[in-house]
Amino acid sequence: MNQNTTISPEEIKDELLRSYPAKVAKKRAKQIIINSVDKATDEVPEIMANVRTIPGILTMRGCSYAGCRGVVLGPTRDILQITHGPIGCGFYAWLTRRNQTKPATDKDENFMTYSMSTDMTENEIIFGGEKKLKAAIEEAISIFHPKAIGIFATCPVGLIGDDIHAVAREMESLHPEVNIFGFSCEGYRGVSQSAGHHVANNKVFTDVVGLNDTVKEGKYKINLLGEYNIGGDAFELDRIFEKCGITVVSTFSGNSTYDDFTRAHTADLNLVMCHRSINYLAEMMEKKYGLPWFKVNFIGAYDTAKSLRKIGEYFGDKELKDKIEKVIAEEMIVVEEIKKDVTTRTTGKTAMLFVGGSRAHHYQELFKEMGMKTISAGYEFAHRDDYEGRKVLPTVKIDADSRNIEELKVSADPEKFKERKKASELDSLKANKNMEMNDYIGMMPEMDENTLIIDDLNHHEAEVLIEKYKPDIFCAGIKEKYVVQKSGVPVKQLHSYDYSGPYAGFVGAVNFYKEIDRMVNSKVWKYVKAPWEKETQLAATYACD
Amino acid sequence: MIAKEKNDPTVNACKLCSPLGASFVFKGIENCIPLLHGSQGCSTYIRRYMIGHFREPIDIASTNFGEETAIFGGRENLTIALDNIIKAYKPSVIGIATTCLSETIGDDVPMYLGSYVNDRKDLVIPKLVHVSTPSYKGTHQDGFYATINSLIETIAEGGEKTKTINFIMNLFSPADIRWFKELSECYNIESIIMPDYSDTLDGEYWGEYKRMPEGGTKIEDIQKMGRSIGTIEFGNILSEKGGAGEILESKFGVKSYGIGFPVGITNTDYFFSLLESITDTKLPEKYRKERGLLIDSYVDGHKYLFGKKAVLYGEDDLVLGLASFIRELGMIPVVIGTGRKTGLLEKVINEVIPDYKSLNISIIENIDFEDIGRIAQEKEADILIGHSKGYKVARDLNIPLIRVGFPIHDRIGGQRVRVLGYQGTQELLDRIINAIIEKKQSDSPVGYMAM
Ligand code: SF4
Ligand code: SF4
Repeated sequence: MNQNTTISPEEIKDELLRSYPAKVAKKRAKQIIINSVDKATDEVPEIMANVRTIPGILTMRGCSYAGCRGVVLGPTRDILQITHGPIGCGFYAWLTRRNQTKPATDKDENFMTYSMSTDMTENEIIFGGEKKLKAAIEEAISIFHPKAIGIFATCPVGLIGDDIHAVAREMESLHPEVNIFGFSCEGYRGVSQSAGHHVANNKVFTDVVGLNDTVKEGKYKINLLGEYNIGGDAFELDRIFEKCGITVVSTFSGNSTYDDFTRAHTADLNLVMCHRSINYLAEMMEKKYGLPWFKVNFIGAYDTAKSLRKIGEYFGDKELKDKIEKVIAEEMIVVEEIKKDVTTRTTGKTAMLFVGGSRAHHYQELFKEMGMKTISAGYEFAHRDDYEGRKVLPTVKIDADSRNIEELKVSADPEKFKERKKASELDSLKANKNMEMNDYIGMMPEMDENTLIIDDLNHHEAEVLIEKYKPDIFCAGIKEKYVVQKSGVPVKQLHSYDYSGPYAGFVGAVNFYKEIDRMVNSKVWKYVKAPWEKETQLAATYACD
Repeated sequence: MIAKEKNDPTVNACKLCSPLGASFVFKGIENCIPLLHGSQGCSTYIRRYMIGHFREPIDIASTNFGEETAIFGGRENLTIALDNIIKAYKPSVIGIATTCLSETIGDDVPMYLGSYVNDRKDLVIPKLVHVSTPSYKGTHQDGFYATINSLIETIAEGGEKTKTINFIMNLFSPADIRWFKELSECYNIESIIMPDYSDTLDGEYWGEYKRMPEGGTKIEDIQKMGRSIGTIEFGNILSEKGGAGEILESKFGVKSYGIGFPVGITNTDYFFSLLESITDTKLPEKYRKERGLLIDSYVDGHKYLFGKKAVLYGEDDLVLGLASFIRELGMIPVVIGTGRKTGLLEKVINEVIPDYKSLNISIIENIDFEDIGRIAQEKEADILIGHSKGYKVARDLNIPLIRVGFPIHDRIGGQRVRVLGYQGTQELLDRIINAIIEKKQSDSPVGYMAM
């Protein structure tokens, strides 16, 4: 394939903006940034992010209901989820993501294959839907006997004035054995699924975390936040943790259970994978329960090793550190072997990533390991801190769309707050830049100069990028997949993994190397031209001669 | 009939929402882009589902409501969206369907569109076709039909009669739509197929991206529909309720014929004889032969199927077509279920399966998969026939699932599944028989190799 990495990014940016009406172009110009990094300070240019998509422009984004019901709560298997709204929203959120789950026994509950909806009709739109919601909760309890029920509001609910929280309280008083809570995640709140992540974090924090003080056995206890077990990623990480002697109290929320959530506060450290979707919970747990957090990345074998070493450093225990080194050494044997082979074919190839709120950053690591170059990247629904690092947080402007998502005021719990590290210890951990304690450096500082960073990429822009750069692989979601493939560029889906995986950890890295090797060297594209078409072309050239 | 009560919630729904049906139709109009008026989530979800099934690029725009829009109305968002779409896509038609949100707030879309056009008198702007599609009042089928009606209402014109015949599609697969094109050629008749998403939702490899896929019913053709000699539309319930054919008949005097899905011998025979009489053309040899081949495979295959109990679920008109077909083979449709609610299913079943009362069939409207699973188990069903969402039931009961309809997102080729005509029936029949044989083979203690 034609690789063209020498074209000037300024030219491409102009080209991207050219076909927009002036007002649109002005706004998009702030969301399309040519990267430059001040190596001393990690300072990068400002990007506009987390702002509303312009009507009529085809975005990759979903709604806050999708972020709440689908992303954060979706992977939990034993909280029964009821969508309050007309039928579509609930139908579309039904097992749509590929989160895997593994109940401990056959008898353990798994509601993930269910999607319950109040299936609102005109009657409820006019006269209110609380009655029907109550009936749905009654039915859910009688069929499923769940420990917990989550109610998810869709767009019409907010407008007809149903109070899902009051219903939750009332029903819980009738059924005290069931924890019932509601999420105000109407799709019009916020500008993307990101708003729904925040709503989900808040509710899980206030109504679930901290209910059970039973401490899990284990010396090094962590929670893994923002890992959703797509394609079995969390299973691979569980394997590695177990090998290292690290105990996972709870994962938010891949392969998770309600009980795990209730005692998350008894762990001693929070690891944050997907910063965008879960940083709120990490912050609030630190304030209320005293659990420090730091950013990890288990995508890429080297970053996995680096993240494990950070855990060793945090607990500061020689036994753990040695164990971790041993595991890394063992696991890297296969990784290096496969890597050596695939890089002979993948080195120098180019990739673009437009996905998620963290994945576009994480997966650059894997490409780097394969000798591939990321020439352009961006997020669907991230905020400025995910691009530029948390240091910009104080300067982020809060617009009307963000203001309608509640910021909880959190303070230390008088009984349950426990200092995990002495202030002096924490200070020295924080002084170590590599630890990223309570911090996230962001995607842009780790990207090359002059790469194009584009927030909320749309169809038109994707077309231009493909045409100009002809990357060897494009990473996005299913909505973009067929658009890009029609132009002859293979697409790796980083939401569903195209039904394969895991890609996290050491085993995942090997899977990914092989998969990308196959994709960028696929023979399928060779058949695009039929033999007679090739001949005509030849004939034409001769004729011209 | 065990219809669900008004207050029953739905556990694993067997229906989708109205704007999805609208999007199907708009995708079947040449150079048309669908625009959903509401929050962006609906459009994203709907695209996601359609793309998962068709594996094609599918553009559906949104007017992108925020909280303020939800309170103050969507006029400005609609205007901006139209401006941007016109600039980016240069479409001939923009199909505007409402979501539950804009319907709940009661946005007056026709008024907004009227003034949009008025304010741009000197400019050439695409045709703007609006359809009201609140999902709290109906399913994807209702959205599909309402959109066809709305297009015909706004575009069709009367005039001197032609020899053309109108085929109004139901939610057929692209492959089944192609069958209508092919038979028009074989019969050598002029036809208008509406909507026609056979190319737009099942396209070739392009090599270079086209913003608007080629294909779809032309606006000029929709205009001409009022002058045709007749309209055939498909679906027993649709004809009972009255569809676009009725509009064309009452407005322009184009005779309308509503018939069941041409699946199985009886229904397909009926379709062809109707076609013969309307167009006064003899059945081409090709179809006579296909019919003979199908009969032959009925003879070969029916011993495997006789008495087998099938669960049919999905769109009401599809399950009725399937029911008529499987009865020809002696199978018993123990469940005939649809997520839609019209109150007509039991009435219409009489036409399709006259002896239905003696067969102990559960005929259920507003069904969900909770009901389907329970009844399938009680009645010891042998096979499920419907879309991918029945997989959980099939897995729980360890019986085969024959995937037809929409959505099919756990197998490849949903867009190529055929059920219509003698040949489509043949393909479906082979799949059903083979699934039954395969199950028997893999359950057998000895690994028989001849079944
Ligand atoms: S709000 Fe209505 S239109 Fe939107 S997804 Fe839900 S059911 Fe469908
Ligand atoms: S109605 Fe609202 S909550 Fe439902 S899918 Fe649409 S945007 Fe999301």
